[in-house]
Amino acid sequence: MVERNRPLVALSHLVMVLGVIVVAFPLYVAFVASTHTAQDIVQAPMPLLPGGNMIETYRDALFGGHVGAGSTAPAGRMMFVSLMSALIITIGKIAISLLSAFAIVYFRFPLKNFFFWAIFVTLMLPVEVRIMPTYKVVSDLGMLNTYAGLTVPLIASATATFLFRQFFLTVPDELVEAARVDGAGPMRFFKDILVPLSRTSIAALFVIQFIYGWNQYLWPLLATTTEDMYPVVIGIKRMIAGGDAANEWNVVMATAILAMLPPAVVVLLMQKWFVKGLVDSEK
Amino acid sequence: MSAISLRNVVKRYGTGKHAVQVIHGVSAEVETGEFVVIVGPSGCGKSTLLRMVAGLEEITEGEIHIGGRVVNRLEPAERDIAMVFQNYALYPHMSVFDNMAYGLKIKKVPIAEIKTRVDKAAGILELGQLLDRKPRQLSGGQRQRVAMGRAIVRQPKVFLFDEPLSNLDAKLRAQTRIEIQKLHRELGITSLFVTHDQVEAMTLAQRMLVMNAGVMEQFGTPEEVYHRPASTFVASFIGSPPMNLLKNAPGGRPGTVMGIRPEHLDLADSGWALRVETTELLGAERLVYGRLGDEQVIVRHEEGPIAPPRPDSTIHVRPREDRIHWFEAASGKRIAA
Repeated sequence: MVERNRPLVALSHLVMVLGVIVVAFPLYVAFVASTHTAQDIVQAPMPLLPGGNMIETYRDALFGGHVGAGSTAPAGRMMFVSLMSALIITIGKIAISLLSAFAIVYFRFPLKNFFFWAIFVTLMLPVEVRIMPTYKVVSDLGMLNTYAGLTVPLIASATATFLFRQFFLTVPDELVEAARVDGAGPMRFFKDILVPLSRTSIAALFVIQFIYGWNQYLWPLLATTTEDMYPVVIGIKRMIAGGDAANEWNVVMATAILAMLPPAVVVLLMQKWFVKGLVDSEK
Repeated sequence: MSAISLRNVVKRYGTGKHAVQVIHGVSAEVETGEFVVIVGPSGCGKSTLLRMVAGLEEITEGEIHIGGRVVNRLEPAERDIAMVFQNYALYPHMSVFDNMAYGLKIKKVPIAEIKTRVDKAAGILELGQLLDRKPRQLSGGQRQRVAMGRAIVRQPKVFLFDEPLSNLDAKLRAQTRIEIQKLHRELGITSLFVTHDQVEAMTLAQRMLVMNAGVMEQFGTPEEVYHRPASTFVASFIGSPPMNLLKNAPGGRPGTVMGIRPEHLDLADSGWALRVETTELLGAERLVYGRLGDEQVIVRHEEGPIAPPRPDSTIHVRPREDRIHWFEAASGKRIAA
């Protein structure tokens, strides 16, 4: 801070504290709700301090066995489905983008520019735009309710290809030449030099794409119809029955908290790498 | 048998009408164990020539032989060469040891052998303490030595150096120059060294190949190049300050250019009358910039008890007859004396 002006410091703190409250309060309410019984929550006013039903609620959420108006499928299975699809999407995206960026930057082939622009243009076409044809293809191939159906349409990624291309362009040509003099063929160069150099970018992409994959809603909504293939985000929606039905709000909230945990863990664990990957490229 | 043999080597970029030719038929033989410096101003094609020997640029026409083999179609790794790059091109994520060992690992040299070779090179280059460091933890001079170490462990037939000293400060450059000379004496490996710095070229070269605009102007020992420059370009490029080139020299025939080095003009009581423009004191020597007619002449003389000539005064100099060079004005070629 340039000036150490007491009223200004106090004001800026006030703004930040308000900001934190606005962001954090809904999370707190969700957590509090998940520690009470369903009856306690619907009381007015709703309790704002944690209750004593936490273990039971989370057990119900994770393993099922409760009764409710909506779906009562166990969140444990759904979290596993979410984790698998998020990981497949993330790893698949990174692998494919690395290879296609490698091809575009380091090889001369006919229509190279055309392919680059073709990839680049798809940046402007989100999944939602092509969702009907995609659904048709996936269902004709019998991939509904499979991991392949959940993930393959989301793997191709122009963003990641573009990011890696930009990074590869900054790798000095002399490094490529030194590798050639050392006798490294193209794939050897890719594996031994390019990928290790891209590790910070890979880490940053891993975080972004994991969260992207985990939070998918619209596509899994179409591509899955059976409870054992619901990702957790869909699971939450299905737990809430419409109308005046008595929802098990405590279990819903517990599931929501559970659904938030893995992305938070990924961000916390990879924070250092994530920031490094976005801010500097270590060369 | 020569270690490297260039036979009418031509490099063109592009094809047809838009082709740009950057190397115009260079032929040269480099003997085994020789240290040859390729020198020339920037853009003269010297780096391109080296990169063609290395296999990083395709050879448009002509042939390059290394150790008696035509290498035109061989990959750099198959040519039995090692290269030191201008920016060292160390792999940033590998330790010094791994940087040096990488080429050997690809060649599937046994681990024990790799270790002996790297340790030996590290010993020669005093890198023993640094083997576990990453390149970014090293100073410029140390990185430069790692780059040389990477070349040494490959035990190649030929070393190629692409301006390896240009990123070092002046003091380190002089020191590294001596180290490279020492290294060459110890290992005796044929070396091609590219530089734009004529001092570097003169001090390192056993023979130097002077290039200008894609043409080889002269290929000879530093003494030959200095004392018998083959063209006006070589005469003015090698030596600092450059040789005086006079189109209308006293006693010159029309269509010729006289060349005389500033140190071969002696102050005298009579002779050429120079109008002094300015003087520079370099320490032990003084440079006098003067005019003879409408041409500039530089005189270098030992700083002595005489007072420096004042601007606009007239001094007399006499060229040493046996140090005068004659060139054809049109082609710039030396006229054999």
